[in-house]
Amino acid sequence: MADSSPTPKKASIFDVLTNNYVWRSIFRHGYQDTPRNRVLQVSSNVWLHLHPSKMRRHGIRYRHTWCAGGLTFLLYLCTVVTGVVLMFYYRPTGEYAYWDVKYLDFDVPFGMIMRNMHRWSAHGMVIFIWLHMFRVFMTGSYKPPREFNWVVGVNLLTLTLLLSFTGYLLPWDQLAIWAVTVGTNMARATPLLGNEGPFGPQLGMTPRYDARSLLTAGTVVGSATLLRFYVLHCIFIPIIASILMILHFWRIRKDGGISGPL
Amino acid sequence: MPGGNPGIPEAQAGNNIWSRRDIASLAGWGAILTCFAIAGGAIVRLLFPRVLFEPPTSFKAGYPNEYTIGDVSEKWMKSQRVWIVRQPNGIYALLGICTHLGCTPRWLGPENKFKCPCHGSGYTKDGINFEGPTPRPLERVKVALADDGQIVVDKAFRYRYELGQWDDPAAFVKFTGA
Repeated sequence: MADSSPTPKKASIFDVLTNNYVWRSIFRHGYQDTPRNRVLQVSSNVWLHLHPSKMRRHGIRYRHTWCAGGLTFLLYLCTVVTGVVLMFYYRPTGEYAYWDVKYLDFDVPFGMIMRNMHRWSAHGMVIFIWLHMFRVFMTGSYKPPREFNWVVGVNLLTLTLLLSFTGYLLPWDQLAIWAVTVGTNMARATPLLGNEGPFGPQLGMTPRYDARSLLTAGTVVGSATLLRFYVLHCIFIPIIASILMILHFWRIRKDGGISGPL
Repeated sequence: MPGGNPGIPEAQAGNNIWSRRDIASLAGWGAILTCFAIAGGAIVRLLFPRVLFEPPTSFKAGYPNEYTIGDVSEKWMKSQRVWIVRQPNGIYALLGICTHLGCTPRWLGPENKFKCPCHGSGYTKDGINFEGPTPRPLERVKVALADDGQIVVDKAFRYRYELGQWDDPAAFVKFTGA
């Protein structure tokens, strides 16, 4: 019977790495491939637990979902990483902003590719949101009980467009300034809150105190506007969007899982 | 009453509409919401500064006889965004801000009109809109003669044709000299 007794295996690097107290304190449920353990692996991980621990077979078929929502999120992560990198060089004041962008483009190592990745990821995000919305609409995935998640998604779309709009000003070139001049002037016509909008003047809105001057921080698009857009672009909108994304992903699971009939 | 105490019978609670617990609860939430409302109001007010650090709105535009009758002067356009127009009986100043969405129109001399590059709004030499999406004429700004005889332009004061403000004495400087 000596032949059937298990021969002691030599410890691989893999074993050394995972068979210790520190690793096991972080990842409590090893690699045992049983249905129960696979569920535990997902549900005990703060990142993975937003996702279902089990899903329907067709839920991972690209043909059905196009993975458009997932790709949107991936592109968002790209803009976050490259955006934070750009923040190390960019100073949001009228005096420096334009030259810092030039510096990034023409001197900082890998600066140009970081900036371009940021730009194209942002464009891609908008494109993939439309594809995602189109897919969700065509598969009827907006219907109850998923109707609230559609509303969350529309809010995320709006926030993405606002991120694009606020980011548009930051290069501080002629295109940026005039595009934002036009964009913020539209805010004059905001109902109730714009000085030229319906019921705006009746509610005491003036060019100095209305929705537009809230955005421009003055009477013209100037250095104060740049700082305001920078804060909105880098802090305020990303935080709101991230919170809504967590809610969005969580609700997919809570509302019956991805892409399945209910 | 939301947040009431269903476990206590009416009589035991003293037949009051609101129990003590209700009032404490309302007071607590009221205090918290009041704090949030005040903080929110403060934050909104904070975003409208009292002082703006913007270029001065007023400038001296030289002597009236430096301008030619019938010409739209672009002398101050680049630095001040204002056209000075001299007519036989006087001078007015047009603000170079399109009344559609705020771009800078261009003066096209041969075509005798102002034309905005953004969305194609067009204005006559007087500043009256006649083409494109803009809803109203260009604005004129305050002009006056200083003690030294120079024209003083102040962009803080604006005059709108559709409100009849172009007839305001401050929107026009009478000058017939050479």
